[in-house]
Amino acid sequence: MAIIEIRSLTKTFGKIRAVRGIDLTIDEGEIFGLLGPNGAGKTTTIGMLCTIIRPTSGTGIIAGFDIVRHPTQVRQNVGIVFQDPTLDTILTGRENLQLHARLYGIPARERNRWIEEMLELVDLRERADDLTKTYSGGMRRRLELARGLLHRPAVLFLDEPTLGLDPQTRARTWEYIRKMAQKEKTTVVLTTHYMEEAQLMCDRIGIIDAGKIIALDTPGNMIDRMGGDIVAINAPNPPLDQIRSLPYVSEIKTAGETTEITMKSAHLHLAGLLALIRDVRSVEMRKPTLNDVFIKLTGRDIREDNAENGGSWIETIARYKQRGK
Amino acid sequence: MRSFNVQRELLGVTAVWWREFKVFWREKSRIVSSIVQPLMWLFLFGSGIGASLSVGSVNYRDYIYPGVLTMSVIFGSVFFGLYIIWDRKLDVLKAVLVAPVTRISIFLGKVLGGCTDVLLQVAILFAFSFLFPSVNPWGIPPALLILFITSVALVSLGLALGSLLESLEGFQVISAFLIFPLFFLSGALFPVDERLPSWLHGLVKINPLSYTVDGVRGALLGINLYPFYVDLAILTIFAAFMLFLGSILFSRMK
Repeated sequence: MAIIEIRSLTKTFGKIRAVRGIDLTIDEGEIFGLLGPNGAGKTTTIGMLCTIIRPTSGTGIIAGFDIVRHPTQVRQNVGIVFQDPTLDTILTGRENLQLHARLYGIPARERNRWIEEMLELVDLRERADDLTKTYSGGMRRRLELARGLLHRPAVLFLDEPTLGLDPQTRARTWEYIRKMAQKEKTTVVLTTHYMEEAQLMCDRIGIIDAGKIIALDTPGNMIDRMGGDIVAINAPNPPLDQIRSLPYVSEIKTAGETTEITMKSAHLHLAGLLALIRDVRSVEMRKPTLNDVFIKLTGRDIREDNAENGGSWIETIARYKQRGK
Repeated sequence: MRSFNVQRELLGVTAVWWREFKVFWREKSRIVSSIVQPLMWLFLFGSGIGASLSVGSVNYRDYIYPGVLTMSVIFGSVFFGLYIIWDRKLDVLKAVLVAPVTRISIFLGKVLGGCTDVLLQVAILFAFSFLFPSVNPWGIPPALLILFITSVALVSLGLALGSLLESLEGFQVISAFLIFPLFFLSGALFPVDERLPSWLHGLVKINPLSYTVDGVRGALLGINLYPFYVDLAILTIFAAFMLFLGSILFSRMK
């Protein structure tokens, strides 16, 4: 059953068309990922769905309520974890949840029980009475997740939930998100530009670029449609035409002396392929990722746009090293 | 249409109020400095000038006691309101503003929170009133009423300005061109009579806070220019206007 229905949603800021007509249906219980580079319109879209930003045209229905005509009911039915931390650092973890519980009208007799449950779920019971300014980045995120789910919303929006966290904390945060979504049977809509994480986490993905959804499918299907495995061969002057004519090869890309060949069942055909090429210095075989899907669709690497974005500096360095080889 | 649920909105108001009170109570150093400063005015400034000056039959130090109470309310209230600039910078307000509660309720919660903070500071200053022989303790309740209404007006003013300003740079400007003139022109430190230059007299008369000082001074010392109900009426109108203005600007805040 559909819990979110978005119809020709647009948003224009002055001359900038941030969102250019999005149609999208998200089913109950799904973990849905909106993927795209910075400035693609992810945050604006989520902002409109949470009724923080008023759409220029079009609308959306969340849990049966229209985001333009019934914003208060929509707010009651959604939880949000913003990209930037929004905890009250002068309050303790528990007090942050108490404030939220009151603002969302959770009945007084239920309040403490729901708060305890949430603290338990994110493993923060022992630190619940410490000021949140003493929390680590990962703990703050967990408390925000607990806060987002406290009033038992139908949909939880997560805007870059792991941005700025170290890789280990990121992995743990995803575990919590999955666990909570399952336990509370909440639909989760998240944005991220960590492709690997989206691939692992999401049931379905919408790739968004320049304010439009340019692809919509399960991560598995998207990757299957890439046409097989990717084999990167480093060798001078490979016989490109000959390779291209092989029946199992679907695409060839060259960058310097590296040739990236997309082919079906690489484990069977690799030997035949290598027989054609002389002076092979290195061979690397991998499954395509969502990043490859993104490159194929837009001609750009999603991470190039985010290079300055502190969170992924380790990946950036890793990529540099790979290229240098 | 937006549906409106009175009970839910009241819960929202008290939620914000509760938060402000928690924060106030936690920042003990802020409470201490907000008490120490007026006491310095009274004992270091007031006693110094009072050594060679009295107003009528009242010692100068006692004479400015109502003025210093008003000063505490002015600074405490406006700065409390302006503090939302900081809250917005730290995104503390963001999570509150997406709750299913109208902006007006959040605004009212903030106003009540600010007034509570300020009145608690005033209450502590009243605890020192026994050191001022001319102060009539029976005047404290009406003085508190006047100061409460003034605080409502000024917290609203601070929130209104805080909603408009994007950065803390405006803070200094407001302090220099608004808060200090409001304080100096309220007659907090000098008697308002014919001896004042006419331009100064005029400015004092149009400053709503002059009526705070007059009301409090009347209640505590029996020295006043206007009847109590006139001060009360003028301040109530001032507070109503500021509440209105503040709630509009706060609702439009990005």
